[in-house]
Amino acid sequence: MELLVSSAIGVLTAGGIYLMLRLRTFPVILGISLLTYAVNVFLFASGRLTVGAPPILRDGVEVYTDPLPQALVLTAIVISFGMTAVVVMIGLGAYLGSNDDHVDDQPTSDDTSGGAA
Amino acid sequence: MSLFIIVALPFLGALLPGLMNSAGRAACAGVTFTVSLLAFVGLLTNLPSVIAGEVVTARVDWMPHLGLNFTLMLDGLGFFFALLILGIGLLIITYARHYLSRKDNMGEFFTYLLLFQGAMVGIVLSDNILLLLIFWELTSLSSFLLIGYWKHLPEGRQGARMALTVTGMGGLAMIGGMLILGQIVGSYDLSVILQNRALIQADPLYVPALILILLGCFTKSAQFPFHFWLPHAMAAPTPVSAYLHSATMVKAGIFLMARMWPVLSGTPEWFMIVTTAGLVTMVLGAVIALFKHDLKALLAFSTVSHLGLITMLLGTGTAFGAMAAVFHILNHATFKAALFMSAGIIDHEAHTRDIRRLGGLRKLMPVTFGVATLAALSMAGIPLLNGFLSKEMMLEEAGHTVLFGMPLLVPVMATVGSLFSAAYCFRLIGHVFLGPVRDDYPATPHDPGPGLWMPPGILVVLVVVIGVAPFMAEPFVKIVTASVLGEAADVPKNYIKIWHGLVPALYMSIVAVVGGLLLMMVFNPALRLWDAAPRPEAKRIFEAIVETAAAVARTLILPLHNGSFTRYAAIGTVAIVGAGLHAWSTGQVGAPTREAQPADLVQIAGWLMLVAATGGLVLMHRNRLLSLILIGIVGLMVSVGFVFFSAPDLAMTQFTVEVVTIILLLLALNFLPKTTPVESTMLRRIRDAGIAIAGGLATFALAHHYLLRDAIAAPISEFHLANSYKGGGGTNVVNVILVDFRGFDTYGEIIVLGIAALLIYALTETLLSSNVRARLLNRQPDQPRAGNQHPMMMVVLTRVIMPIVLLVGFYIFLRGHNEPGGGFIAGLIVSIAVVMQYMASGFGWASDRLRYPYHGVIGAGVLIAGMTGIGSWFVGKPFLTSDFTYVRIPPFEKFELATAALFDLGVFLAVVGAVMLSLESFSRLARTAHTEESDHPMDIDPSRDEPEREGA
Repeated sequence: MELLVSSAIGVLTAGGIYLMLRLRTFPVILGISLLTYAVNVFLFASGRLTVGAPPILRDGVEVYTDPLPQALVLTAIVISFGMTAVVVMIGLGAYLGSNDDHVDDQPTSDDTSGGAA
Repeated sequence: MSLFIIVALPFLGALLPGLMNSAGRAACAGVTFTVSLLAFVGLLTNLPSVIAGEVVTARVDWMPHLGLNFTLMLDGLGFFFALLILGIGLLIITYARHYLSRKDNMGEFFTYLLLFQGAMVGIVLSDNILLLLIFWELTSLSSFLLIGYWKHLPEGRQGARMALTVTGMGGLAMIGGMLILGQIVGSYDLSVILQNRALIQADPLYVPALILILLGCFTKSAQFPFHFWLPHAMAAPTPVSAYLHSATMVKAGIFLMARMWPVLSGTPEWFMIVTTAGLVTMVLGAVIALFKHDLKALLAFSTVSHLGLITMLLGTGTAFGAMAAVFHILNHATFKAALFMSAGIIDHEAHTRDIRRLGGLRKLMPVTFGVATLAALSMAGIPLLNGFLSKEMMLEEAGHTVLFGMPLLVPVMATVGSLFSAAYCFRLIGHVFLGPVRDDYPATPHDPGPGLWMPPGILVVLVVVIGVAPFMAEPFVKIVTASVLGEAADVPKNYIKIWHGLVPALYMSIVAVVGGLLLMMVFNPALRLWDAAPRPEAKRIFEAIVETAAAVARTLILPLHNGSFTRYAAIGTVAIVGAGLHAWSTGQVGAPTREAQPADLVQIAGWLMLVAATGGLVLMHRNRLLSLILIGIVGLMVSVGFVFFSAPDLAMTQFTVEVVTIILLLLALNFLPKTTPVESTMLRRIRDAGIAIAGGLATFALAHHYLLRDAIAAPISEFHLANSYKGGGGTNVVNVILVDFRGFDTYGEIIVLGIAALLIYALTETLLSSNVRARLLNRQPDQPRAGNQHPMMMVVLTRVIMPIVLLVGFYIFLRGHNEPGGGFIAGLIVSIAVVMQYMASGFGWASDRLRYPYHGVIGAGVLIAGMTGIGSWFVGKPFLTSDFTYVRIPPFEKFELATAALFDLGVFLAVVGAVMLSLESFSRLARTAHTEESDHPMDIDPSRDEPEREGA
């Protein structure tokens, strides 16, 4: 099971990095989202994997999973929504303003690189 | 007056000149003068204690674990410098009021001046070397602003930059030296450091510390080879030159050498470095000064020369040398500030500072002539003026100093320096004031009003009084000397007097003055010789060094930093993986301590779905709509994983966030191209895949490694599990952590979320007020629109579902403290319920029915959470301490009321507001000229009477 979770984290990370290195905004945003999943699951897994022991206190139950990473990841999920929204908005604004959704500056507009005028 | 107030006054007062700017120049200068005067009087109230030999202290612990405390002390030395800074400051403020023209922004000038004054007072009163360093850097910064005050002059900007570079780098070196010193002694308090002379000088790090600290002092006090910035700083307005570059700031380095004198001096290293630097600077500065034609440049190099003289005196390491240094600091401050102000007057009236264009001003400007001549004669070392006294002491000390085993070296060099010093003083008087009146001045010179000549006049009175009656200054000089010497030596018994008898110093003095006069007679041939001689131009060398450094930086950085974000991401990923690999290969890996849990088919199936969805997403990411569906599957599988691994709260959060994220991305995709074109080469894709696989393998290895091992220390979670019910009154530990144990974190997080939403709103507003608006309005849909945009089925269904979803949200919120749920999840659920109404009936219809703007909802949420936290102050508890009680209202069961629930309400509102504001902003962009806004919830409504839709 540990193998499944850690390999899933690895796959999500690899996919996220690959998409993050693309040239257009939309795949980059998707890549960052994939990385977010990977990071959240990674942080969550730092409490180690426990099946069937949610941190809801019950009489007579002694074994609970680690609640702290869960609390941290919960807010991380919500904040990452806010951050994704901001990044999407910036990407959208750039596209609407210039009709171009490249992540990098395009060299065609100004070939004389270096020094300011 | 408390030392804190004296230091704080200029800083607080710095706010005033800017405010008084519109009230006129007199008010602006007046308020600055009042602030300085208050600090000056405050300083004088401490005079009795200083005379009694006490050390006045004030202390507030700032960061005690770092050894950084706000400790101030006032002893003789500090008092002396503070007196110079505030006293001359008062004169300078008066002078500047009349010097600056109407075009100059006086508020800005006095703000900088007060900032500088505060920083300077801070340096001389600090009892903590870290605090001293902060003030030290502040003087560099404020001096940068003052030198560059005339922003339109390129020399001003260049001079300011050069001064900041040189003094800033010296400051950095000094930080290193001070930290070493603090490490040696184990305390950063000056009063402690000064007690540990033997310990410091025995330490192997003494020499590095000494060199680093001296670098700071030499750059600040313009000692060779760092002297070149000071003449370039003369591009500043003259009041600045008079204040910073003759009387105060350039003496900060001298001050620090004097302050550290008891612990650093007396060693061969100190003697060699400080005396040599001082001697070279003194002679070099005097020689260059003689041949300068710009009045201020002449004075600048003469300042360099005199600073060298003081440095040399401190370098000798004898008590008499220290006393001579203290006395010369006082004398130099008086005559040099007066000279600078006189130069400013001449510049102001004759519109030139070029000595070759002046001459004969004696008859036209008699008052200025009197002031400047007395000051210059004092500088030349003529008896009955104060410069003579300290120069005699310097020559006396030089006569006893043996450097490099050559007994004649120092006395001869000192005499040569004095000779040139006398020569340029005579040149100043002779070429500017004496001689025939000319008829080709750029402007007709005449004496200015008293506002300009009074300040230097007051200083010249001091020059004469001290010169004629040195016994009046002697007690003060001895008090200051005593605090310089500390416990390292006793104050010399010598008296400061005009006539010492026929001692060698008198002969040296006579040689210097007569030699100076003779040199003036052959000035023209000497000048031709000087002009013909090749000499390095410091500015060009400095610029070449800066250029080289910039070129090196460019060749290093530009290949990495070429403006391509994808390249940064690639480099960053490779660097992180590389660092991880290094750590992995050099560290030690322990054996697994946990057993791998078996996996069954269902889990493998879930894993396969996640991997397949991710793989599909990567392969098919060019079809953007499809990739959104695939990423939805990924999110869903992650949620399922959370449920499975005992995290119901996370699963609910992930699931609801997934819904709003997909809606958000769909809204964005509405505007963006629907496919991603193929642009990158195959090679590049292989490279990216390589980086991605390396990153994936690294995280896989790391995760797999720690999942099979227990944490090396016991996690703090035990505390949370044990106290969740007892202390927080809830059985859902995750929720109790969020709203109680780590409530402050959560509070910060909802604020961040709110800021993100407001940022999105602001960006939308910006877009809609730019030319993008027209493009959006005229946008032709690139895909066929649905004929029925607000279908009846959907409208009816969402209306029916709405109360149910709200009820679920309410339920989830209420039970959150004890069962999975809580403010975050309830907020997301309620947002989805509201978003459904927007989707069904359109933006216009839904926002017409919006009663509270979402900004207000965010604000209310943050406020409620904050007020809940503050509430605990009223019962004397720290911020966000929670309380709870159990209530029973028949016929319900006993239930619990906790302040944490109120906090959770704040979280709930902030989440609803933030999510809705973000989504609403996106949908506002989507309104085009072609979409008709309907007042009705749905397009086709059998109950409506009108046969046709409006505008159709």
